Amino acid sequence: MEIPAQLEEEIDQRITHYPVSKRSAVLPVLHLLQHHFRYLDQEAIDWTAAKLELEPINVLEVVTFYPGFRQTAPGKYHIRVCRTLSCAMAGAYETMEKICELAEIDRSAVSHHNPIAVSKDGKFSIEFAECLASCGSGPVVMVEDDFHENIDTGAARDLLSKYD
Amino acid sequence: MAKPKYIEGKEPHPREHRMIFRNVDRKGWSADIKCYLKDGGYEMAKKALAMEPAEITNEVKASGLRGRGGAGFPTGVKWGFIPPNNTKPVYLICNADESEPGTFKDRYILHQDPHQLIEGMIISCYAVGAKLAYIYIREEFPEAAKIVEEAIREAHENKFLGKNVLGTDFELEIYVHRGAGAYICGEETGLIESLEGKRPYPRIKPPYFPAALGLYMCPTIVNNVESLCHVKHVIEMGGEAYGKLGTPRNTGTRILCVSGDVNRPGYYEVQVGKVTMGEVIDELCGGLKKGRKLKAVIPGGSSSKVLRADEKFTIKQGDEEKEIGLLDIPMDFDTMAACGSMAGSGGVIIMDDSRDMTWVLNNLNEFYAHESCGQCTPCREGSLWMKKITARLVRGGGLPEDVKTLQSVADNIEGKTICAFGEACSWPTQSFLNKFGDEFKKATKRSNVKKPTNPEAEIAAKGLVQK
Repeated sequence: MEIPAQLEEEIDQRITHYPVSKRSAVLPVLHLLQHHFRYLDQEAIDWTAAKLELEPINVLEVVTFYPGFRQTAPGKYHIRVCRTLSCAMAGAYETMEKICELAEIDRSAVSHHNPIAVSKDGKFSIEFAECLASCGSGPVVMVEDDFHENIDTGAARDLLSKYD
Repeated sequence: MAKPKYIEGKEPHPREHRMIFRNVDRKGWSADIKCYLKDGGYEMAKKALAMEPAEITNEVKASGLRGRGGAGFPTGVKWGFIPPNNTKPVYLICNADESEPGTFKDRYILHQDPHQLIEGMIISCYAVGAKLAYIYIREEFPEAAKIVEEAIREAHENKFLGKNVLGTDFELEIYVHRGAGAYICGEETGLIESLEGKRPYPRIKPPYFPAALGLYMCPTIVNNVESLCHVKHVIEMGGEAYGKLGTPRNTGTRILCVSGDVNRPGYYEVQVGKVTMGEVIDELCGGLKKGRKLKAVIPGGSSSKVLRADEKFTIKQGDEEKEIGLLDIPMDFDTMAACGSMAGSGGVIIMDDSRDMTWVLNNLNEFYAHESCGQCTPCREGSLWMKKITARLVRGGGLPEDVKTLQSVADNIEGKTICAFGEACSWPTQSFLNKFGDEFKKATKRSNVKKPTNPEAEIAAKGLVQK
């Protein structure tokens, strides 16, 4: 694992936001690493621990707790479909099915500890997310950092076509 | 100030009273500081910095402002909990972890009016004596985090942050801290643990009341985004005048987030208690979908207890007791509590007669089972069992005793956990069973699945008898 100088600079800058305790920077450092490497492997965890003068377990326990961190590689574009009540009432489960059908994603092996499914060609990966806080315009879907509202089954194809 | 014009199709409803959302969907409005300054921005920070900190706290107390995050606790009183002989640094944290299902108001403040929040925070930090503040933004708002960080940079450039704020000897740094997708970080002590770089296991109270032992074991004030924005308006209007908005003990405005089976779901800022549930549904949201009848309402985020359309509630009006229906409930903190639920975070979820209540509850149970932090046994195990039971009721594999078991599991979580998540996850199950019990009983008969058997144990038992 090689950390580009610019990334490390950004990480060092982030750490200064926590003048009282370096440990507070665990989440931001992991976010930056995940953003760059797409997921967090053991090396990333060890590197973070060394950087923040922690034991690797202090970092691993954070990675395994938060749904926002992943330990397996996602597709080129990672999709999150909101699953919670208002979106579900608006048809989020149907949206999930439709996207999986269009992108050829098999979710049969998905479980609590392994929530992400990747398409055959590796272009898309998908998971259900809990409430994305836009309940009035469901179903809502995030693709990477982009936010999309009212994605019903009819809008799914258009959404995917925006990413290639 | 000029009356704002709004983007076509997004004009506020005439019943609305826009204060916090004054600039949301406003024509020609942008999140940058120039736009905010042109509109009279940061004038209240100037005004506040010329006051004594205690004066500000007194104004906030006089305003009657109650926290908009869920619990409805008076903001000024919360500030007053910082020990008077404190010598440690004080921190302020803005809770922008908005994750209560049904709630989507903070998103618009962060995206469209970040300087209003920063101004509210400057005033609040000055009042409580904080020199370092964090905005804890949920991971699912990446765009908001960027916008707010840019706003902080602009505020720095204009000397509203940093050393010698506005030429005074007050100094303040605000940083954005991004969460990582866990609902429990909305609980203030869980949020603090998360900000310390740990798993967000909530702390036990007492002794860990944040105002005394919060971030890094120092006094810490945690306030919701909307609450901090209100502080700016309290300073602008004066506590007493602000307190005249809304109804007594339920002052000011609040943003209702309506979702579910209505024609116009969305956000509506109204004076607290000045509109009823019926007016929210019929006037603000344009009524139910065609041909549908109201079945149930979750009035204050998914954790609040569900209300049935034909329920009757007894409330006190002055000295008189009065019976009212669901549609007559004024949208305020106290009446909602008197009706056995809570105004919570302002997330109103409307359900019509096409909804199967076992399916609805199962969806919520799945949420809580996923989000339990796992620290306390009743919640960790119970939330999962509640989900398993409702899932089989939906699937059609329920057992005759499932309703009783579900009730008993929920009753054994409430009040037995470190944080309020225990209540949050058991209240939906308790209230759905209480109000839609028949539907759940019917669901246990949905299947022809036989009771699970254990053939090995049966054979062994037979063997024992023979001997």
